[in-house]
Amino acid sequence: MTSMQPVEQRDEVEMLSLMLLIRRFEERASQQYQAQKIGGFCHLYIGQEAVVTGAVAAVRDDDYIITAYRDHAHALARGTSANACMAELFGKETGCSRGLGGSMHFFDKKHHMYGGHAIVAAHVPLAVGMAFAIKYRSEDRVTLCFFGDGAINQGAFHEALNLAALYKLPVVFICENNLFAMGTSVKRSTSLKQIVDRAEGYDIPGEIVDGMNFREVRDKIAEAVDSIRKEPHPAFLEARTYRYRGHSMSDPASYRTKQELEKYRLDDPITRLRAQLTREGKLTNEQFDGLDKQAKEAVMAAVKFAEESPQPPLEKLYDYTYADGAVEPGRPRPAEPAHERREGAPSPNANQP
Amino acid sequence: MREITYRQALNEALAEELERDPNVFLMGEEVAEYQGAYKVSQGLLERFGPRRIIDTPISENGFAGLGVGAAMVGLRPIIEFMTFSFSLVAFDQVVNNAPNMYTMSGGQFNIPIVFRGPNGPAHQLGATHSHATENFYASVPGLKVCAPATPRDAKGLLKTAVRDNNPVLVLEAELLYSSKGMVEPPDEELLIPLGKAEVKREGSDVSVICYSQTVPLALKVAEQLEEEDISAEILDLRSIKPLDEKAIYDSVTKTHRVVIVEQGHPFCGVGAEVCYRIQKGIFDELDAPIVRVSQEDVPMPYNERLEHAVLPNAEKLIAAVKQVCYA
Repeated sequence: MTSMQPVEQRDEVEMLSLMLLIRRFEERASQQYQAQKIGGFCHLYIGQEAVVTGAVAAVRDDDYIITAYRDHAHALARGTSANACMAELFGKETGCSRGLGGSMHFFDKKHHMYGGHAIVAAHVPLAVGMAFAIKYRSEDRVTLCFFGDGAINQGAFHEALNLAALYKLPVVFICENNLFAMGTSVKRSTSLKQIVDRAEGYDIPGEIVDGMNFREVRDKIAEAVDSIRKEPHPAFLEARTYRYRGHSMSDPASYRTKQELEKYRLDDPITRLRAQLTREGKLTNEQFDGLDKQAKEAVMAAVKFAEESPQPPLEKLYDYTYADGAVEPGRPRPAEPAHERREGAPSPNANQP
Repeated sequence: MREITYRQALNEALAEELERDPNVFLMGEEVAEYQGAYKVSQGLLERFGPRRIIDTPISENGFAGLGVGAAMVGLRPIIEFMTFSFSLVAFDQVVNNAPNMYTMSGGQFNIPIVFRGPNGPAHQLGATHSHATENFYASVPGLKVCAPATPRDAKGLLKTAVRDNNPVLVLEAELLYSSKGMVEPPDEELLIPLGKAEVKREGSDVSVICYSQTVPLALKVAEQLEEEDISAEILDLRSIKPLDEKAIYDSVTKTHRVVIVEQGHPFCGVGAEVCYRIQKGIFDELDAPIVRVSQEDVPMPYNERLEHAVLPNAEKLIAAVKQVCYA
């Protein structure tokens, strides 16, 4: 993807290979998590690939993107290397957040990826602030703000939508409705029959889109973005999608049936785009296999890169608390004065085995 | 130098920084058309227009977050809370988003934002509107916190805060807005560094360490003590974080006796941190145990007599000074 490439010229085969990269990356992340190479929480995007790839295919590379904690795919889609993403999961200094953010806090300023935010809906006001800055400077960028169906019942979400509508800010709210907020289904969490109606409450134009269909996502977002670039305003998209895995690595997803999962697997976004391209004579089976092989190799190389990368150095611990260098409170405390211990006094480590 | 109010000083600081940097904007409830709930932003809408002086709905979480997002892409927001008691509605943005971003992004996104507004108890506003929030916020790495007590400090610290590349909380005080003090003329740039305390009155018998609303209280008490031949040095912290450890040590090394008078609650309060540092760094300089005067550890009652009993006041402070002076 080159910078500023017009939307219609973005190659669909290239976008398919991006979806494959995301899928293979997440599969490998899952495996590395189980091998305990990755710590903390880890939320996989498998099944939802058409949403973020469709979205990036519809915008320019200098538009802003911000998302929640299921964020690996958003960084990859923006152009963050698989190496930097995997290294971040491994907590290494070469990671996209220098190993200080982890799975839920991917950032890449160069690629206009503004995180990676782990408090549900807390980033929706940030997206509105980024859109505010766009309008403040009279630019024609847009902000794409991704969040899950769980975010729509948080106060921050409602306040943010109201502000965006009130100030007519250039932001597309993209609800990745994968039907479950952790283990709670939309039916059990949300009073509305359909999520998109939340937008209506703020006089924001909203649409439902098939989140398993790359082309539909791309075209709907492109439509919204075109309108926004002409005259700034917010728009809302409910992308109906599905995650094949649990909420996080520790979730066996026993709150849903095998039949439901199988139904969605049959509607797989990668299979679907592949079939469309094959039918239209734009992709052969050999080409597809080649793309998949490339994706797998890139991810394997990323694991190797992450493993071989250095840990963030301990002596830099205080370097990223305050910009312009550590201030007094951030200064490493000098070692406590070493008092000479009395003969026979208990050791400070006496409680440790 | 000329005499102006604390409110005017803040207003000048805002106007000068808005004038200097087109990336600076002011946002909050009633800041524009109403001219500010406490008139701190009086005249700014007329001078800078609605693009830069922006009224918000009552959505602290929303507009505080908007500020953080705008700061991520290079603007320098000044977010006004009508009172810091209301900042608790935006706690997630002030505590989770603003200060964590620089670390979480591996140094890619610093957040140059100012959160400002009145903080601490005013007069008979009851429990929900009387919070002194400095100890909550000063405990968060990544935030800077200052609490000016005089018009000069208010102007100089606010201007510095706007130019800082980190989130800075400027904790003003409702009861100080109309107080007056000498400030440099407007054509003279006034910047007071964060993390620098100031001796507001020299003394030799006891160091009274204070900030914000307790500074005028301490100065008044010092005069009374003078009549009883007790010479109190009044050290105004000005910044809670960074904390000016050196100024504290210098004063205590001179007087050897300390009272800390703070506007917040005692448990985990600012005074607890100051106290810890004194005993850690210059234990041998102390001639008496340190005494703290703070709010009583109860939610603020509305009743005037009870409120007076809860707040740090002159009687309590004098008693504390006499206690450490064994007088």
